[in-house]
Amino acid sequence: MNRFFAIRQTCWDWRAAGNFMFGGTGSALMLMIAIASYPDTPSLPLGLVALAFIGLGLFMVWLEIGKPWRFLHVYFHPQTSWMTREASVAALLFPIAFVGVIFKIPLLITLAGLLGLLFLYCQARILLASKGIPSWRESTTLPLIISTGLVEGTSLLLLSYIFSDSIQGWAIYLLLVLLAVRGQSWIKYRQQLTTAKAPKQTLSVLNSINTLVLWPGNILPFILVGTCLLLSNFTNIFITIASVLAILSGWHMKFTIITRAAQQQGYSVGKLKRGRPVIKPPVKRKPERFVL
Amino acid sequence: MTRYVMIADLNRCVGCQTCTAACKHTNATAPGVMWRKVIDVEWGEYPDVERLFMPVGCQHCSDPPCMHVCPSTATGQREDGIVTIDYDLCIGCSYCVVACPYQARYKVDKPHFAYGDTPTETEAKRYDEKRIGVAQKCTFCSDRVDAGVEKGLTPGVDPDASPGCVNACIADALHFGDIEDENSNVSELLAENSWFQMHEELGTETGFYYLWDQEPPEETESE
Repeated sequence: MNRFFAIRQTCWDWRAAGNFMFGGTGSALMLMIAIASYPDTPSLPLGLVALAFIGLGLFMVWLEIGKPWRFLHVYFHPQTSWMTREASVAALLFPIAFVGVIFKIPLLITLAGLLGLLFLYCQARILLASKGIPSWRESTTLPLIISTGLVEGTSLLLLSYIFSDSIQGWAIYLLLVLLAVRGQSWIKYRQQLTTAKAPKQTLSVLNSINTLVLWPGNILPFILVGTCLLLSNFTNIFITIASVLAILSGWHMKFTIITRAAQQQGYSVGKLKRGRPVIKPPVKRKPERFVL
Repeated sequence: MTRYVMIADLNRCVGCQTCTAACKHTNATAPGVMWRKVIDVEWGEYPDVERLFMPVGCQHCSDPPCMHVCPSTATGQREDGIVTIDYDLCIGCSYCVVACPYQARYKVDKPHFAYGDTPTETEAKRYDEKRIGVAQKCTFCSDRVDAGVEKGLTPGVDPDASPGCVNACIADALHFGDIEDENSNVSELLAENSWFQMHEELGTETGFYYLWDQEPPEETESE
């Protein structure tokens, strides 16, 4: 493979990264509180915290766009745009979750939890569709973004339990599993980028955060949570440290992937061909269909 | 039907950047914005060193990733394959910028000019407020092409119906025309020469072909 001038994209900066950091955490928290409270409804503050995180992420994106007062145009292209789909899910999620927690309607909370998961999925697909950035478009981005969101949501749920002194054992088991999945996803993600010959600078940036993501971000929280389970002692301090580490490392990883490990495809000399090419007609000659 | 494409003959290009200057002159782009530019590529190690000049810009893909990701439908595609941007619809989210594998898109957030905040007389006359805060890129000079076709001219043959960069090329390295016409200039050039499309593996089916006669370099990465 040959590649020239693969410079880092600068259009999506800390503001765009904020959407993936806080939106991912908030949407996963919405899912987790829906599971935790089933068949009842969660406390109002917890529901509002989840919505606040998602809202903060979307607000940061709003700060980034060039024409903020045209934001409603974001809904114009559900046929193929994952950004439209993410915004549409958010538009449903907010009123449903809000009404659900205010009026204590379990069905709406369940629906809000599912929408939270869908929001997280849309975020991962936004990155996957970015063909210009080799470190975003690989298939392993999907499990990495989803698993890290779920780790953050579960960790935040556990932190809320500590404040209310009502830890639920299943959430600790779930965090343990999710930490293992996220660690594995991170390893596979880096392997795939190496195999796909991602830009050297991208690999170098990811390599520079590898120790931090793996050890204090995944393995240490895993050990702390595992120790709690082995000792059947849900020591608050261990859970608190593990949760905070898991959240901060997820945010750090996503921030790095969006802003620093985001070298573009670059230019290249392709494989030579001879003869008149087989011409694929422009896709717009066919009516636009809904494409997943 | 018609499918407009551009051809850059890398065996002929001398890297003079006249096309870059012509594009900036034709489209009045801001400093740092180059819808058409020529990159200077080197690879190998002394004494086996190769160098080529490669004109780059929007490749007007048949299956453009920028159009699929655009949440506002601002990025569109004409039946002749030219990829367009509706400045009145674009929200400036830059999703198309990160979706484009050809580094062809730009966004200018606030007005700036060649000599600071004050525009020259020409810049003041040609300043387009609509381009601030939205995505922008090469249009294949579609307004010139359309105006020329209306007059009965042939794009790629008649200068008044051809993109500015093609008209300006001093080495006859840039060509433009209808690839669905088997007898067009571009169809003949592709039939008679070896060529490649950039990042073919991404499935974008570009409307931009490069004539070149050497096998690509392997395992090369330069900044």
